[in-house]
Amino acid sequence: MEKRTRRTARKPSIILAEFTSAHDVLHAAEKVREAGYMRWDTHTPFPVHGMDKAMGLKDSRLGWIVLAFALTGLTGAFVMMHWMNGVDYPTIVGDKPAGAPGTLPSMVPILFELTILLSAFGAVLGMFGLNRIPQHHHPVFESDRFRLASDDRFFLSVEAADPKFDVDGTRKLLEAAHAHNVEVIEKDAS
Amino acid sequence: MAYWEPIRELDEQPLVQHGSKLRDVTHDVAVVTEKAAPRGWWICFLLAVSAVGVFGICVAYLFYRGVGVWGNTSPVYWAWDITNFVWWVGIGHAGTLISAILFIFRQRWRTAINRFAEAMTIFAVICALIFPGIHVGRPWLLYYVFPLPNQMTLWPNFKSPLLWDVFAVGTYFTVSLLFWYTGLIPDLATLRDRSLTKWRQRIYGFFALGWRGSNRHWQNYERAYLILAAISTPLVLSVHSVVSMDFATSVIPGWHTTIFPPYFVAGAVFSGFAMVETVLLIARSVFKLDRVVLMRHLELMNKFLLLTSLLVGYAYAMEFFMAWYSGNQYEMAHFLKNRPTGPYWWAWLWMVIPNCVLPQLYWFKRFRTSIPVMFVVSIFINIGMWFERFVIIVSSLNRDFLPSSWGLFRPTIIDVGTFVGTIGIFFTLFLLFMRWLPMVSMTEVKGTMAQADPHRHPEDEGAHDPEPIAAADQPSAVGDLVPEGAE
Repeated sequence: MEKRTRRTARKPSIILAEFTSAHDVLHAAEKVREAGYMRWDTHTPFPVHGMDKAMGLKDSRLGWIVLAFALTGLTGAFVMMHWMNGVDYPTIVGDKPAGAPGTLPSMVPILFELTILLSAFGAVLGMFGLNRIPQHHHPVFESDRFRLASDDRFFLSVEAADPKFDVDGTRKLLEAAHAHNVEVIEKDAS
Repeated sequence: MAYWEPIRELDEQPLVQHGSKLRDVTHDVAVVTEKAAPRGWWICFLLAVSAVGVFGICVAYLFYRGVGVWGNTSPVYWAWDITNFVWWVGIGHAGTLISAILFIFRQRWRTAINRFAEAMTIFAVICALIFPGIHVGRPWLLYYVFPLPNQMTLWPNFKSPLLWDVFAVGTYFTVSLLFWYTGLIPDLATLRDRSLTKWRQRIYGFFALGWRGSNRHWQNYERAYLILAAISTPLVLSVHSVVSMDFATSVIPGWHTTIFPPYFVAGAVFSGFAMVETVLLIARSVFKLDRVVLMRHLELMNKFLLLTSLLVGYAYAMEFFMAWYSGNQYEMAHFLKNRPTGPYWWAWLWMVIPNCVLPQLYWFKRFRTSIPVMFVVSIFINIGMWFERFVIIVSSLNRDFLPSSWGLFRPTIIDVGTFVGTIGIFFTLFLLFMRWLPMVSMTEVKGTMAQADPHRHPEDEGAHDPEPIAAADQPSAVGDLVPEGAE
């Protein structure tokens, strides 16, 4: 709060509109997309069905990341077992062959487990990477009302960096889309 | 009704009590972590921590004297240790079933219990992992089970089911933890946003990773959740299958059975559901969660218990049938004579009656919807499933082929103390979880409510209540409560 009383020049960094229902924010998102904005987002307490389409988002690329991790796990498990029991120190148990291909059937459980293990890491770390989290600082957190975004309110934010951004025009657009409250968040001009 | 929603049953009630608002869900769930703990919590916590103390003493004595302090003796070298291991792993499985399999089948009633069940999975697997860790005799050499370079330049034997088990249970624990944490992130953000003290905000905020409910994030998040659910489903089936192979790949009558993998998985789900129900009923009454955990959820769980009880009963019957049908004298002697009439006949009855007979009560709606009945039955199922593993392990080992090598197992006080101690560890972790983390997934419960449907117009029947901006200036959380120490 101290920041706002300082006498430095301020300029808008993000505009934040609050909505009271999933219905309103979804239709506002459609309007913002149609108006041609690029750097904007919606903030909802739960994923709103149909929002990806309303915002015109492309399908998540996470599946490809997970596939890469899964294949790494699979080949890593095979190389580990074949090298350890078949090459580095051939282990013959029950007159069975020491390495692949003869030991492939007994490799199945661990091949499977390590594929799953690496896929899970791929899914979680890939999601972190695509979302660029952890990121504990963001202009939207400057708003006191934004804490309701994890409770029962729905927000739409447009960044000042958007080429179509214009404080008054964007505010009017959001108000026309039944925003309950519109707030301009500023930062120090530098 | 939209195409992605499951078909409704006749007379189906909403998943959250009618008239509840989104804010009520946030409040009901989050307030548990914000208010002072009720007295019931402290009583349970002190009991649980005392049991952890008993565990510490027993394990210290075990490490000092060696595994001889247990009753394990020739020919019963696996007894309570492995019984407890299998029992705890099995309990964990219901958590994954509820969180992953029911998610994929779009069973949206799971939202009331999935967080709970996932936490149970993690704590149960921690308890399970203790037993193989302490039963090895020389626990300081436990690292031999991992593919690490050692002074003998020898690698583990990857053809051994025991090593498969290390990878299966280890993967299971890690994936369950990742799944649980991923589900927690948006709810941790809710707790961060409601916090009134600096430290709460910092700690929850740290783990919430700066979550801001962004739809660009939700998109990847939901995909990650779906993938985790999709890979956990075969994982959970593989884990207990691998556990069963520890037995099934041997030649002991009673263990050498091809039905073991599906039989173990069904038993795991059965016992896990019973444990979820036991713990959920306690939490529901201590923390007054009956607005979120409805009778409908409990009734559905009881139907599930009935189904899995029938599966387990089928497996028991099939073991007997195959023993007779095989014509193998050792198999027949074991299943037809030793189990029902041998020295452990009473354990066999403890397995059959709670697991196969008692759940038949759930054919009747009256019993399915009675809380005292389901509490008692769920505890009996937990006991029955422990005895199932005891019967499989001890009564198979105590009489194998040569009568000259038969022997009996008697537990010692240290056996009992170690087992009771892990129950203490489980409940200690659980009580801490209930106290400090949202035990119901607020995000997912909200997603099932009528207000979450974007095609429902807000003017309809009070889907929202826009209050004047002046009154809503302060977030709703403030004033609802004053947490401890906030003055």
